[in-house]
Amino acid sequence: MSSQYTDHKGRPIVVVTGMGVVTSLGRGKKENWEALTAGKSGIRKVTRFPTEGLNTYIAGTVDFMEPEEVSAPGISYAMASATAGEALEQAGFADGDFPGPLFFAAPPVEMEWQHRFALMEENMAAEAGYDQLREAARSNPHDDMHKLVQLGTIAYRLSEKYGTKGLPISLSTACASGATAIQQGLEAIRRGETGAALCVASDGSVTAEGLIRFSLLSALTTRNDDPAGASRPFSKDRDGFIMSEGSAALVLESLEHAVNRGATILGVLRGVGEKADSFHRTRSSPDGAPVIKAIENALADAGMSADEIDYINAHGTSTPENDRMEYNSLRAVFGERIHEVPISSNKSMIGHTLTAGGAVEAVFSFLTMRESTIPPTINYDNPDPDIPLDVVPNVKREASVNAVLSNSFGFGGQNACLVFARDVA
Amino acid sequence: MTDTRQEVWITGIGLLSCYGEGAAHHWEALKGADAASAPIDTETFKPAAVHPLPEIDWTAQMPRKDMRQMENWQRLGTYASGLALEDAGMKEVEEMVSTMDLVVCAGGGERDLSVDTQILAEARNRNDRDRIINEKLPVELRPTLFLAQLSNLMAGNISIVHKVTGSSRTYMGEETSGVTAIRDAYARIAHGQSTHALVGGGYNAERPDLFLNLELGKYLANNTRAPIQERQQQGGGMIPGSGACFLVLESAEHARARGAKPYAKLTGIASDLGERSQQATRERLETMLSQLHSDKDHSPAILSGASGCQDITAWEMDALRGRFGMEVPIRCYTSMIGNPIEANFPFGIALAALALGNNGFYEPFEPAEKPAKIAPAAILVSTAGHFRGEGMATVEKAS
Repeated sequence: MSSQYTDHKGRPIVVVTGMGVVTSLGRGKKENWEALTAGKSGIRKVTRFPTEGLNTYIAGTVDFMEPEEVSAPGISYAMASATAGEALEQAGFADGDFPGPLFFAAPPVEMEWQHRFALMEENMAAEAGYDQLREAARSNPHDDMHKLVQLGTIAYRLSEKYGTKGLPISLSTACASGATAIQQGLEAIRRGETGAALCVASDGSVTAEGLIRFSLLSALTTRNDDPAGASRPFSKDRDGFIMSEGSAALVLESLEHAVNRGATILGVLRGVGEKADSFHRTRSSPDGAPVIKAIENALADAGMSADEIDYINAHGTSTPENDRMEYNSLRAVFGERIHEVPISSNKSMIGHTLTAGGAVEAVFSFLTMRESTIPPTINYDNPDPDIPLDVVPNVKREASVNAVLSNSFGFGGQNACLVFARDVA
Repeated sequence: MTDTRQEVWITGIGLLSCYGEGAAHHWEALKGADAASAPIDTETFKPAAVHPLPEIDWTAQMPRKDMRQMENWQRLGTYASGLALEDAGMKEVEEMVSTMDLVVCAGGGERDLSVDTQILAEARNRNDRDRIINEKLPVELRPTLFLAQLSNLMAGNISIVHKVTGSSRTYMGEETSGVTAIRDAYARIAHGQSTHALVGGGYNAERPDLFLNLELGKYLANNTRAPIQERQQQGGGMIPGSGACFLVLESAEHARARGAKPYAKLTGIASDLGERSQQATRERLETMLSQLHSDKDHSPAILSGASGCQDITAWEMDALRGRFGMEVPIRCYTSMIGNPIEANFPFGIALAALALGNNGFYEPFEPAEKPAKIAPAAILVSTAGHFRGEGMATVEKAS
């Protein structure tokens, strides 16, 4: 392979040639970017189901898709199908015959209450419980319900629709999943297994039970009276994250593959870094060591120094602990310069899109570089003095951005950091 | 996919199944075993059957405080991980585990059966069913149950208990997740993206909510304990099994540097997914067999993780016999341990490595299986998912 197509370690350079996104702000890159740079919030009161009795009943729901069924898998598939389609069309692979594998960051999928109640109705003579549901399941065919509860189903369907090659991959690293999907596409291209990879992440799991589960872990904000102001990354009065829905898709190609077919290059995926944390199931190590290592690994993999990063797309969940830990870890890597590098949290506007977050924020990072505009961190009217960062408060900023660090952290000690660049050379 | 840049050795095996625990124990228990004596419980979940887990002292591989934070599917994986690390001589060796890549295949979604049952009971008499959920769940669910539901929390618990922290990723998608996990670790080590990895998964079959999921698609064998081949005459179907399998995969270079001996080496892997028609499935299986460069004159022995579900099991057997002949020794290990879904394919790789490392093979598990005339030098592992997806790998003697 000619050196013009390889990176500092002699590996294929990996570029992005197509992107798609859906969030509570809208459908597609254009709607999202307009709202994001205008500082709009997509957070609202939940209307999909009754919310009486819930501690938190605001969320970044996506209510404008037309899913085949209103359920987590139904909504997740509808969004994933839309973003994959948008990305493939932009990349010029719109013929349902994509020349590479699918890496899908899959939301938690399981039988939902509507399904249990439907099975219950089929067998009202029996005593309440799982034997009742099992009898109903055995008595009649329920092929659709079976497909729905298979964890691989969304990826299978995307693979069939867009003609990706080989066994479609469903993966999870909790709230780092979107970044992991991109990472795995990068790794496959670097191994020379494929010239192109489709990386998709989707999460449409705002259900009553979903909200209750996060509430029980005290992870969510309870600012129900002020949905748009509830996600407050890096603010002193931040009190939890917003559960949100969304999806993003990126077409990755080796530079050589993209150049050979004359594709427009939207940006470069320079590097990835990972380090698992063994401290706690939901909390990061207080010393930030694993996150520091993940950032350092990402920079080393990209062949860049921290000084070359001129914007950080923060994980920035708006929980008291995450934002403080993220700042301390960044300061350890960047030194005093961290106080001058612009850093913003898209989650201030779209909330936490969970499984999809890393991929959604990757799309926004590439748009930031291409448009020379940094989206703001909104609701920043009460700065946390312990986190003296330039969070691009409340209003977007015009700036030339050549390289971005994007952080994603998840339950289970998952840390994945990505480094993007605007230009190939 | 085959690659020769770095040989990928299997240097540690951790197993749990209805037969008990440990790599050596499984070889001894299975090499001459007959499916007629396989531990199967036909009562608890009837009309379905299950290969149940014997009583395990979880604290042998994890602190009690961590054990309490987990449900059994997570304990299974964490326990088998500890066995594999011990077997590889890496357990609690900080410089090994802190740089080790963790690759897990997992399901998840553990339910609180008692709370679900309360809601179903209440819902018989009320029409505002959404409200029942909002009333009951916030009060009745224990806060940490969520951490037993997220698929990546088996990996999270393994990181916490065994300090495996180089990197961590979890694959989902029933049997295919096991294929993907092995494929990912193999590819990364072969290409120098990883030097050593802990890879595997576990499945707690003894949950009515999981039986329910399988029954929705009518995938279970009912009122039988017949092994896979014999079961085909009775309409087929799956008997799930509780179990876990973790492997330590390592580049030959990394293993040699620390003086570790391999059971065997992983030399190729192929996988695909598509329409489950006879024609399309046959074409995929034949393509995968041709991708693995198996030498037809030196027919390998075969370990199949066949689910027992009717059409796909027959098509898989036809493809294997079509390639290697009617006398090829095929052992359906799912006759012995049941189908541990996500852990199915890793389990097959482990059983292959054990046979190669012990210079032997398994006696027929049932009369329909052909005896092996000589100890194989290569074993093909084949898993076709009960619903979708197929994977195969070749495991060979390391020396």
